[in-house]
Amino acid sequence: MAHFDPNARPFSHKWMNERLAVDTLQKVLSTEYWIPKNINFLWAMGMILAATFGILLISGIFLLMYYIPDTKQAFDSVNYTVMSEVGYGWLWRHMHGVAASVVFLIIYIHMFTGIYYGSYKKGREMIWLSGMLLFVTFSAEAFSGYMLPWGQMSYWAGMVITNLFSLGSLDFQGLVEWIRGDYVPGQAFLNRFFMLHVLLMPLIIMALIVLHFGTLRIPHVNNQDGEEIDFDAEAQKWKAGLRKESKVIPFNPVFLSKDVFVMSIYFIIYFYLVFYHFEFAMDPVNFDPANPLKTPPHIYPEWYFLWSYEILRPFPKDPGLVAFGFAQVIFFLLPFLDRSPNVAPASRRKPFRCWFWILLVDMIVLTIMGKVPPVGVYTTIGTVAAWVFILLWVTLPIVTKLEKPVRRSK
Amino acid sequence: MKDLKKLGIVVFFTLLVYIGVEPYAHSVMHKHVEGHNFKYPDLKPIAAKGNPETGKALAAACMGCHSIKSQGVPAPMDPVSASGAYGVNPPDLSLIGALLDEKYLAHFLKDPVHTAIVAHKFKDRAYPMPPMATDDQSAADLVAYFKSIAPKEVKPKEAYEFACGRCHEMRYAKWTQIGEVPKTKKNIQTGADLAKLKFNEKLAEYKGNMVKYLGKLPPDLSIIVRARSEEFLETFVEDPQSQLPGTGMPRVGLSKEGYEKVFAYLEEVGDPSKPKREKVGPIVLLYMVVFAFLAYLWYKHQWKDLH
Ligand code: HEC
Ligand code: HEC
Ligand code: HEM
Repeated sequence: MAHFDPNARPFSHKWMNERLAVDTLQKVLSTEYWIPKNINFLWAMGMILAATFGILLISGIFLLMYYIPDTKQAFDSVNYTVMSEVGYGWLWRHMHGVAASVVFLIIYIHMFTGIYYGSYKKGREMIWLSGMLLFVTFSAEAFSGYMLPWGQMSYWAGMVITNLFSLGSLDFQGLVEWIRGDYVPGQAFLNRFFMLHVLLMPLIIMALIVLHFGTLRIPHVNNQDGEEIDFDAEAQKWKAGLRKESKVIPFNPVFLSKDVFVMSIYFIIYFYLVFYHFEFAMDPVNFDPANPLKTPPHIYPEWYFLWSYEILRPFPKDPGLVAFGFAQVIFFLLPFLDRSPNVAPASRRKPFRCWFWILLVDMIVLTIMGKVPPVGVYTTIGTVAAWVFILLWVTLPIVTKLEKPVRRSK
Repeated sequence: MKDLKKLGIVVFFTLLVYIGVEPYAHSVMHKHVEGHNFKYPDLKPIAAKGNPETGKALAAACMGCHSIKSQGVPAPMDPVSASGAYGVNPPDLSLIGALLDEKYLAHFLKDPVHTAIVAHKFKDRAYPMPPMATDDQSAADLVAYFKSIAPKEVKPKEAYEFACGRCHEMRYAKWTQIGEVPKTKKNIQTGADLAKLKFNEKLAEYKGNMVKYLGKLPPDLSIIVRARSEEFLETFVEDPQSQLPGTGMPRVGLSKEGYEKVFAYLEEVGDPSKPKREKVGPIVLLYMVVFAFLAYLWYKHQWKDLH
């Protein structure tokens, strides 16, 4: 039975502790949440993502105060009202746009860090899977947000992407119309994507971030050598004052101090982009208002979708859709396709090392080919890169099976 | 050290992606057009020296269609009737000496259709402005006259209104092809704003005439500076056919300085936060640098006895 001291001053430490166990909470969540000492700045990407999501949320709330989800007014509500009438509206908009773009850069760095250090297996599968769910929901969030200014690219990207749901030769026109709520993107379409962008997707993302953090709790984060650490024993050492000998550090304040430092460097770059180089995040084509009668000469998605778009593009309709579907789900399967027992940096896992770098370069090639028009040599490069992508994943179980157990240094 | 090497790898691949999807992809998607710095090399230089006095007399012929407000010459018609008669409202001529290229203007007065490069649109109808100068001398006289009445300073807004304003709306600056949107009030009892309705009706009529004339409604230019690159705008205005072959937009014939004025206005309306960005940016960055420095000290303090 809980004990409540009748003399405790309301909101005093004791009073709060009796009611909310604040001491325990603080230990569990921060001062005794143990992090390996042997990690580098790439492990700060997670907190950077959380902070960037915070920026998106706050700047988004400010934009929401003036945005009008009406096909006739949406364009001017952002491009005129927010940009020239609202004090510092331009700042919120540029912060939101740049954050939406760089968040994907950080997600990709975060993912490839996880792949490089093998942080998705041996107890960390759920971290990976919840992370992938975050990737998918972030993608949906970004796509729905892109519809809102109702510019040329909003309209035509919306048209092209929803068309995919006709599922090629199955010709499910009915499904496409059901999603759009009309024959073509229009008011119903805009309202739906508005709801998704400002309510449903953020809610799901917030829940998933909590889940993602939760999945980290038991396996703990990995480290630069993939070493299996006895966290309880090492924590005891730390508590006994053996700061040098212990292999772990508490999240707060020791690891946090490094996180905050890395984050501050990131914010310098981020704000540089916000003030002096935001064009890359806001496509010029979307500053022409939506015009159903005029197809833009080049339709392409934002940069972070280009690699999967390019897997769709070089193939005929149906195989292209299958390949696209493959690309969307295959990263989920990574922990199960990797048959090697090693948790170690890719540099020490012989065949997998090549696999990793080929995958990275291939996805960059796909990204660039996804943007240039599909003509001539670009089509050839794109097709080859798409095949390489598929083959990489098909061969992953074999590549990892061939791997010898890694002997630990030290 | 090891961290720096890893950072180097991350930066390298990030830049590779950036260069690939931005500068490189755009250079492939958009054809490159060589600009001529508003020198109009296709037009032959005019050797004749103009006399403003003779020009002044010749300019009387312009007043049947154009206003010259700085000289107290009013427009013979209101914009809507003018668009009915000619397709668009002939622009006021007060500023042409200051904004247009001399050589261009002389050629335009001799042969408007070909100089504006719109002959392909006027195969079976006459260009509304007839040739006004029969030889180089009278063209040069007219140019000399318009230069003599040109003001020293032209405001960016005036430059836009003269050069683009008869065809292009700019709703974020409340500009329409028939002038600024007037301030009107609605009747409190009925909720109707008759003056505004009448204005919109006139505007719709003007646009109707203009579409018949140009074949297309020219786009609103409010945020064209964000929708097109600077390079595109410059080469397009210098010669619309170079970027959009067959387009109905005429070559306007601005001089380099004239274009800079027009562009300044496009930027002022289309990217109004530029001055503010330049002011706030350094402050925010400085703040972040100080923050990073303090964070570094904290980090060093926390990690000093860990290894
Ligand atoms: C019969 C009517 C008429 C007369 C007379 C006339 N103009 Fe025009 N002018 C027009 C019309 C109409 C336009 C607009 C054409 C368009 O934009 O397609 C025009 C356009 C112009 C332009 C704008 C060219 C540009 O840069 O786009 C100039 C400059 C000009 N006129 C000068 C003159 C001068 C100088 C005279 C007298 C010597 C003159 N015009 C006489 C009808 C006339
Ligand atoms: C006589 C009418 C006329 C004048 C004057 C005129 N334009 Fe245009 N403009 C047009 C028309 C018509 C189009 C549509 C072209 C098309 O799509 O073929 C157009 C299109 C444009 C476009 C869009 C091109 C694109 O990529 O779709 C820009 C930018 C533009 N004009 C800028 C200007 C500027 C700047 C000026 C003034 C310096 C100007 N125009 C003066 C008629 C005009
Ligand atoms: C977009 C929102 C995301 C947020 C806010 C987020 C946040 C975090 C945080 C704070 C950590 C712990 C610190 C670190 O290792 O960086 C972490 C770890 C991890 N995340 Fe994410 N993450 C996100 C997306 C993803 C995605 C898309 C994936 C990949 C599918 C992913 C996979 C992982 C993995 C594997 C780890 C463990 C790393 C290790 O153990 O070394 N996360 N995440």
